Parts: sequence; structure tokens; C-alpha cells
Amino acid sequence: MPTGHESVAAAAIRPDESGYDDDIVKMFFAATVTWAAVGMLVGLWIALELAWWPANLGLPYTTFGRLRPLHTNAVIFAFGGNICFTGIYYSMQRLLRTRMWSDAISRFHFWGWQAIIVAAAITLPLGMTESKEYAELIWPIDLAIVVVWVAFAVNFFGTIAVRKVAHLYVAIWFYMSFVITIPVLHIVNSLAIPATLFRSYPVYAGLTDALVQWWYGHNAVGFFLTTPFLGLMYYFLPRAAERPVYSYRLSIVHFWALVFLYIWAGPHHLLYSALPEWAQTLGMVFSIMLIAPSWGGMLNGLLTLRGAWDRVRTDPVLKFMVVAVSFYGMSTFEGPMMSIRAVNSLSHFTNWTIGHVHSGALGWVGMVSFGILYWLFPRVWKRPLAYPSWATTHFWLATIGIVLYTVSMWAAGLTEGLEWRALDTAGQLKYPNFVDIVHQLNPFYWLRVVGGGMYLIGVIMMAWNFIRSASAKAVSAEAPAAA
Amino acid sequence: MAGTERDPFHRRVLEKSGAIFAVATTIAIMIGGLVEIIPMFTAKFGPEHLAGVKPYTPLEVAGRDIYIREGCYLCHSQMVRPTRAEYLRYGEWTRAGEYAYDHPFLLGSRRIGPDLQRVGGKYPDAWHFEHMANPRATSPGSIMPPYQWLHSQRIDPADVQASVRALQRAGVPYTDAEIAGTPAQLAAQGQEIVGRLAAAGIKTEPDREIVALIAYLQRLGKDGRAAIAAGATAPKPEAPPKVQAAR
Repeated sequence: MPTGHESVAAAAIRPDESGYDDDIVKMFFAATVTWAAVGMLVGLWIALELAWWPANLGLPYTTFGRLRPLHTNAVIFAFGGNICFTGIYYSMQRLLRTRMWSDAISRFHFWGWQAIIVAAAITLPLGMTESKEYAELIWPIDLAIVVVWVAFAVNFFGTIAVRKVAHLYVAIWFYMSFVITIPVLHIVNSLAIPATLFRSYPVYAGLTDALVQWWYGHNAVGFFLTTPFLGLMYYFLPRAAERPVYSYRLSIVHFWALVFLYIWAGPHHLLYSALPEWAQTLGMVFSIMLIAPSWGGMLNGLLTLRGAWDRVRTDPVLKFMVVAVSFYGMSTFEGPMMSIRAVNSLSHFTNWTIGHVHSGALGWVGMVSFGILYWLFPRVWKRPLAYPSWATTHFWLATIGIVLYTVSMWAAGLTEGLEWRALDTAGQLKYPNFVDIVHQLNPFYWLRVVGGGMYLIGVIMMAWNFIRSASAKAVSAEAPAAA
Repeated sequence: MAGTERDPFHRRVLEKSGAIFAVATTIAIMIGGLVEIIPMFTAKFGPEHLAGVKPYTPLEVAGRDIYIREGCYLCHSQMVRPTRAEYLRYGEWTRAGEYAYDHPFLLGSRRIGPDLQRVGGKYPDAWHFEHMANPRATSPGSIMPPYQWLHSQRIDPADVQASVRALQRAGVPYTDAEIAGTPAQLAAQGQEIVGRLAAAGIKTEPDREIVALIAYLQRLGKDGRAAIAAGATAPKPEAPPKVQAAR
């Protein structure tokens, strides 16, 4: 029975790759690795600030309040964005058997995106912020994002228009949902009245503003950190495993269910607020329904490995991808659970949320990205890895790092969540002094520094490995040394 | 090759055309957002009003801008949930109408430090002055960094005026006269706070950033608390009172 995903298997034959623009892939690849290191270093720094406050350094530019947005923007839009573009530019040329529609727009997209990141890295420590989480950038940068994104979209749809393959493979669907949804979210959430060049106020007020923001914020997770990465999974996992995708039918059902349901889930960020009850309930119900399409993606990924499991033991690329898909499954189960009002009343405002986010970000987004980078490197640079065994070391450092990170944040979250609400027999607060509770979290904050530090060391090893490998002489056209 | 007559619709039409697939995706992602966001602008389904909640004064706007600049909302929420423990720790749970003039909203998503929705009036001005210079002086064991630059940096009245004007355009009911009087209002309210600080033995000037921040923090949750105490939770304007409807 045909799986319906012949195109990826056909692409595996790779008749002639000389017509593809792999220079743009290399550019986004290098940017991905660079920003991964920078964004995670800032993350480690702010983790240290919570464990040991003098790490704030007594300067306005380096306080937690100014560096946290820098961390989130750097890892989501700089690291996450660049790996998506790396994978999209590599895979869509092959899936559609055509060069990108416009090399000039590809370059404009690359340099425009990097300029936005640099602008963010300058303005955020200066305290220029709109304060909406993951949408902090000031309005001139917001406008630049729209321009660069429209250019990317023109190139994306232009390439689809000139394709030489009739059927659009599932990866392209997921990329398309990313290309379409991100500007919708970004524009609606960023509508604001400028006061000065650096400051503006949203047109929405209070809970309406909050609802629009979390509609944006939750779907930044959905359409920036989930759907494009599922698209990448659908291309790179079958390629790395050399197996066709398990189920075409499942990919159709879970794609449409995911893009339709995801958008409703935002209000789960506002449970027990004064947001109208109907909106809170819709957010909770749709969040729970999201388990089904999320697990559809996880199962389609894991089952694609049927018959290739023996290679997971030896191939670091598959190791990264298997753990990534598993973390995707775990965090998309945990998320809906945390959207249940009763659970949320305990987890909200606590470190549990931070643990949840990082099991998705470090576990799913990070690990699948590393797998793709290790798979791509020998193919676009035409060189083997200088230190092939380091990839496996990186894998274990990252995996153990994530476990330390999430476990410490679960423990911290439960501790503070339970102590905030604990009452004594007289019905009074058992821990009336907030700082007493903060103090109990200190060991967990240190454990998080250790876990995050291990994860960062892995990334630095990867970066050094790529630098050394790229500066070595070209050995062969196709030498996947790590595979 | 794909595309034979026996192919199902999705394969024959949807997955064959970038344009049709893009339109279908756009429709799929728009529905949830439209259904959730549009009713928020209606009186029937939107956030409830609360009588007695007034816009921030210019000095409080300046303080709020500093609160945003320093990312205070990343560690402190402004949202008291309706539970006994939160009532005991923070006070009255937050009503929707209390946020009526909050552009942007600052509910927060983490409580690395305590909620600040009801912090207005909880401590004297001098407490906040000391707390920002050295958090551990007022809260032993705190992990908050010091913000000593707030005590030396000054606010610019023209800059604050631009903020108030932009807020007016965003829908906050400031009159043009109020906007014109921004510098005078800044000086007057700043002087009040400087006076209270002087009584506590602290010397500063009315245009320092710390003064604006204190003005904002002392305002937080006050209108709401007064309105709730007065039982002023107004019925939604368009909703007829239930008793009347029954008759």
C-alpha cells in the first residue's frame, strides 16, 4: 500500500543536487549555532541570578528583568527561527525539486532576520520593551519583522509556484502553517500607538490585551516552536532513519486538527484571572483536546523508526531525534494537564511552568535541532565531523542536563505552589512570609544552573566540532561521518 | 505519479495547490482567534466594568513605564486569584474592571517575588525608597537585585507627556487639558511624595525615577479595593437587571 509520502523517499535518491542553493542553508546553519550558544548562555546567566542575586552585577543592563526577555527572544527567534529557516531552505528545495524562487530574497531574509536579532540584543538590555512576553521588541523592530517575514513568504510561495513536484509533501504543509500564522499573530498582538521612537502602548487594555497576548504567546509556541519543527521532523527523521513516514493518513488528520485546535488554547494562561469565564473554559477544553493531534505527530515520528531502532543505538542523529520526539510527547501531555483549572491553580505562577516550557524547548526544539544540524553538516559542508564521538557526548550531556533542569523545576514549582496555599489548623497561612518560601527554592535553582550548564557545554562542543570540521579540507562529497 | 481520478479530495485538490492549501490553512487558524477575541470587545461577553476605577496620573504613568522598563512584571504578578490563601496573603481577588486603563496589561506569569496587585498603601513611601536601593534592608533574604539608579535618574516631563498623549489615543479618557498640564501635575504629585519621604528623614527630588515608581506602586489596586469595599461591582451596561427582566 502506498504511504502517500513517496516524495520523501524519492528525494532520498537525490538525482542531482547541484541546482540547489545550499549556501543560504550554510548561512542559516552558522547563525543557528551562534545564536544557540548566545541565547543559552544568557539563559544560564539568569538562572545564576536567581540562585545567587549578586550575579545581577548591580548594573541596569544585566538585571534579571532585562535579560530574561533577551534570553527568550534569542532562543525562540534567533536559535529557533534560524534552525527552522536552515531546515526549510534545505528541505523545500529538495521536496519541490527546484531552487528557491529568488536568491536575492533568500539573502534579504537572512540578513534582515539577523539584523532584527542584533537590534533585539541591543534594545532589550537598554530596557526598551513592550513588555508582552515573546513580543517585547519595540514597534520599529516589529515593523521590520513584518517586512522580512513578507519577503520570506513571497520566496516561500514563489518556490511552491515553480515546483517540479505536483503533490505537496506533509513537511510543506507544516511550513506553510508557520509562514501564514506567525504574521497574523504578530501583527494583531503588536498593534500599538507609538509615544516615542522607543515606546508605544497597545491599542487593547487590561484583560482584552491579556487575551490577545496569550492568544499570541501560546501560538508562538504552537506555530513557531511546534508546527515548523514537526515539518522538519517529517523531512529529516525519515531521511536520517531511511524509512518512509509511518502513516500518510495520520499526518493529514493530525495536521488539520493541530492547526485548528492550537489557536483556541491561549486563555489557559489566564485561568483564575478575572478573564470572562467562557474564555477560560474554552481555553481549557481546547488545550485538553490538543493531546490528540500532538500525540498523532509524536506517534507518526516514533513509528517511522520501525525497523530502524537498532540504528538508534549507534547513530547520534537518531538518538537526538528519538529523545526529541519523546519530549514532544511528554510536554504535550503535561501542557494539557496544566491547563486543567484544578492543576493550574497549583502550577500557575510557579517554576513548574518554567520546567514545562524547557522540557519542550530543550527537549523537543533543541534536541531535534541538534539532530538536524549533525545530519546536515556533512551534507552541506561536504566534510566529515572532526570529532564524531563528541556528538554522542553532546547527546548525553544534553539529555542528563534536561532531566536535571526539569526535575529541579518540578520540585521547585511544587514546593512553592503548595507552600503559597498551605493553611494551618487555624485556617491561617502556614508560610506567611514570602521570602521564607523563596529560600527553600535555592537548592533547586542551583541544580537548574548545573543542568542548564551541561546543556550549554554540549552546544559549545557542537559548535567547536563544526568550526574545526568546516576549516578542515573537503574530503568527500557525501561523508556522513557522524551517521 | 499522484493525481489519478481515484485520489481522494484532499490529495487531488488540497495538496496539489499551494494557493488552495494556504487558504484552507488560513481559515483553520483564524476561527479560534476570532471566536475568542471579538466577543471581548462587546459589553455582554467582555470584561466586567468596575465603577470608580480612574486612569493613572502622569507621574503614575511614568512610574509604570519604569516598572515595564525594568521588567518588574517578570517576577511580580498583578493578579490575585479567588482563593482563601491568596485572599489571606494579598487581599481581595482582582476584578476585571481594575485593569480598564492598563495599556499594556501587566498580569505577569511568574511569582519569583510576591504579587503586587494590592501593594498600594501596604507600605509607607520610605519603605519602597529603601527597598529599591537595597531590597534586603526591608525584606531580609530577598533575592531581588538593587535598583539604585532609580534614585539618581530623572524623568523628562516632555517624555511623560508624549506617553499620556499616546495613551489617550489608545483609548484612555485623558482630556487635552490634562495632557497640557502634565508637567505641573508631575511636579505637584512628585512634591507630595518628596514631602512624605522628607518626614521619614529621606531627601530626594520630585523628578527622580524612584518618586514616579513609588507613585505607581502606591496606586496599585487602590481604586479596585475602594470600589469593592463600597460594593460597586457595576452590572454590565447593556445587561438589564435580572429582577426587572423577570417582571
